[in-house]
Amino acid sequence: MNNIVIYIALIFLMLAMIAGLIRFIKGPSIVDRVVAFDSMTITSLVVIGVIAYLSNRAIYFDVAVVYGLLSFLGVIIVAKYIQGGL
Amino acid sequence: MNYVKLIGEIFLLMGSFSLLVAGIGLLRMPDVYNRVQTGTKASTLGSILSFIGVGLLSVDHWDETNWIGRVIVLIIFILLTNPVSSHVLMRAAYVMKIPLSKKTSVDKLKEDIEHKILEEPIDE
Repeated sequence: MNNIVIYIALIFLMLAMIAGLIRFIKGPSIVDRVVAFDSMTITSLVVIGVIAYLSNRAIYFDVAVVYGLLSFLGVIIVAKYIQGGL
Repeated sequence: MNYVKLIGEIFLLMGSFSLLVAGIGLLRMPDVYNRVQTGTKASTLGSILSFIGVGLLSVDHWDETNWIGRVIVLIIFILLTNPVSSHVLMRAAYVMKIPLSKKTSVDKLKEDIEHKILEEPIDE
C-alpha cells in the first residue's frame, strides 16, 4: 500500500498541469503564456521523476535534465524576443 | 515499512501540493507580475521538495546506479535556472508596458526611472 501516496501525488500534479493549461489557453498577454508553459514544464519534470521511481530506471533523470535545459533556453529566448533585442 | 521511504513519501506529497498551489495561484492572481512570481517561486519549492522525496524513496537502489547524484544535479540545476528565467520574464513584461493591477500601491522601478537614478531598461 505504498503506492497510494504516490498516486495522490500524481493526481495533484495532474491538477496543477490542468491549471497551467487553462492559463495557457486564456492568458491575455504573451508573458502569461510563457509563464504557464514554464510551470507546466516544471510539473512534468516532477512527473518524469516519479515515473523514474515507479519503473526503477535512473536514466530518466538525464531526460529530465535535458528537458529542463531546453525549457530554460526557450524562456530566455522568448523574453529576449519580446524585449526587441533579438 | 522503511522509515526513509516514509519520509520520502511525506516530502513528495508536500512538493506536489506546493505545485498544485502554484497552479491555483496561476489561475487566480490578478496581474501578470503576480502570476510570474507565483508560478516560479512556488513551483521551485515544490519541485525541489518532490525531487528530495523521489531521491529518498529510491533507497533500495542507491548502490546499483548513481541515483542520488542525478537528483542532486537536477536540484542544483533548477535552483540556478528558475529565478533567472522569472527575472528575465518580469523585465520583459515591464518593457512591454503591460499595465499593473489596480491594487498596486508601490512601483519602485517607476520612481527610480522618474528620478533618473536608473535608466529605462530597454536594450538594443
